[in-house]
Amino acid sequence: MEFQLPEYNLRMMLPEIFLFLWALVVFLFDLLSKRRSESAVGYLTLLGLLICGGLLATTGYGRGFGNMFFSEPMALFFKIIFLGSAFMAVGSSFGIIKQKIVNHRGEYFGLILLSTVGMMFLASSQELLSLWIGLELTTIPLFILAAFFKDDKLSVEAGIKYFVFGAFSSALLLYGFSFLYGMSGTTEIVAMKMNLAALFIANGSLGVVPLVAMVMIIAGLGFKLSLPPFHQWAPDVYEGSPTPIAAFLSVGSKAAGLVAFAKIFVNGLWAFWGAEMAPNDWGYLTGILACAAMIYGNVVAIRQTNIKRMLAYSSIAQAGYIMIGMVAVNEWGLEAVAFYVFAYLFANMGAFAIVAIVEDKTGSCQIGTYRGLSQSSPGLAACMAVFLLSLAGIPPLAGFLAKYKVFAAAISLAGQSQDYTWLYWLAGVGLLTTVFALYYYVNIIKQMYFSAEESPYRIKPNAPAVAVVAIGLIGVVLFGIYAEPILQFVKDIPAAAGVIPR
Amino acid sequence: MYYYLALAAALFAIGLFGVLTRRNVIGILMSLELMFNAACINFVTFNKYVATDALVGQMFAIFIVVVAAAEAVVGLAIVLLIYRNWRGIGMDNVNVMKW
Repeated sequence: MEFQLPEYNLRMMLPEIFLFLWALVVFLFDLLSKRRSESAVGYLTLLGLLICGGLLATTGYGRGFGNMFFSEPMALFFKIIFLGSAFMAVGSSFGIIKQKIVNHRGEYFGLILLSTVGMMFLASSQELLSLWIGLELTTIPLFILAAFFKDDKLSVEAGIKYFVFGAFSSALLLYGFSFLYGMSGTTEIVAMKMNLAALFIANGSLGVVPLVAMVMIIAGLGFKLSLPPFHQWAPDVYEGSPTPIAAFLSVGSKAAGLVAFAKIFVNGLWAFWGAEMAPNDWGYLTGILACAAMIYGNVVAIRQTNIKRMLAYSSIAQAGYIMIGMVAVNEWGLEAVAFYVFAYLFANMGAFAIVAIVEDKTGSCQIGTYRGLSQSSPGLAACMAVFLLSLAGIPPLAGFLAKYKVFAAAISLAGQSQDYTWLYWLAGVGLLTTVFALYYYVNIIKQMYFSAEESPYRIKPNAPAVAVVAIGLIGVVLFGIYAEPILQFVKDIPAAAGVIPR
Repeated sequence: MYYYLALAAALFAIGLFGVLTRRNVIGILMSLELMFNAACINFVTFNKYVATDALVGQMFAIFIVVVAAAEAVVGLAIVLLIYRNWRGIGMDNVNVMKW
């Protein structure tokens, strides 16, 4: 048998390789400086993320490592989102490393970088094995980060809950993958689609096995995306873990789950379970989950008193909105998903950055802490108001455009095809629950602005946190008014992902 | 082939049941390992009987073993933290946060 080496083309992986090595440098730097690196190690991490972004910009499209590593528009776009969320999470960590994390700063930042590397590999994979490895490389560092305050019961509890749910979901995912592999005889997603389609044409049906695999995979990824009924971990983990890590979980890890979902279902199984051949089974199932996420997340968020828990439920609801775009598989669907995540990145990371700033000063995450904030620190209160309004989807902020695109994708597909008229219902539920969402977002703004008493806290945020808030603010406002470049970029995503043959 | 698949399904079911009902963190960890190994057996079985031309399934199984080990390391470290904070490893104690 002739053995042929695959074409490695390692240049395609340069950003990932660099970031991995940089994580080791960050580990070492903290050790060599005898654990006294203070905030220098944080700046080192930020520098690494910036350089990695530069490398990403110079790496063109292509493939490497046999057919395991693809650099294409969707991968590139989501890698930018991952790097952005890591950057903003690191930037808002400077208060915590001064006060709470005394001995393990290098590990803290290095693990954030390693998790980002995992997400980037995940975004580039077109193959079940590398996809799963990427997902694990994303979550295992996050287990440690969630439990990072070793003597804080809340943090340890967050760690164990996230660990049990994370490992459980990845076992479900794996069991589903094994059946897909057994049916199709391959782990490459595109080849798998072809083989399954051939099998379907030969036999007339595939039986129950792909259905089992599909349910397992949706359950496994549903945990990562925190879609009900797989959401129970999210509020507890967000509350207990360090605030920047909660932010990173809510944006980075969720975006990673979305990429995996898009790869497996939209890219891999859609053409086969598409409108021509059979009803879109995963679409129904995901639609129901999205519906549950929007209703449950928004309703339960109303009665929260802890702002991190409230943002956790809000992120469950946001995942529901994103999944509307995912279910609407036409040329606008994936585009809307990508843009939604992009807008969500700035608004959510910004809001969490302010929560971190306030927590550093006051030591509390209760919503009552924000009472009268507009008098003592007007800038901070104004920024928070902008982020919350963007999350709620108020024009002219980026969140509005994102929600509009998602609903437009769903409604246009519902108009196009008889099989998709249920998308009207989904969009309707989405619009209705947006109203609930407005209530609890505006409640915080009310606390900040329309409270008779003045806040006793004079908050002076540190420079990196201010930078993070500024980035978020610019993103939310700029891409709400002038989103043309981003929209041009995301236009390429569905075509390159093979959804629409143009 | 169906015997192997049935074995894997049984292991998976036992693991699933264990994760959902165990009140002890170590027990949950063990059940998780069972679930990973069920998937492992599935991959190797499918490699032997369905997709015989390449070793993808066996490679996948090796990767699963490695990743499961890595997860167990992190999990046990967290269990140690639980023991330090609560002086016990029952999941019933670890319930500070609700709603």
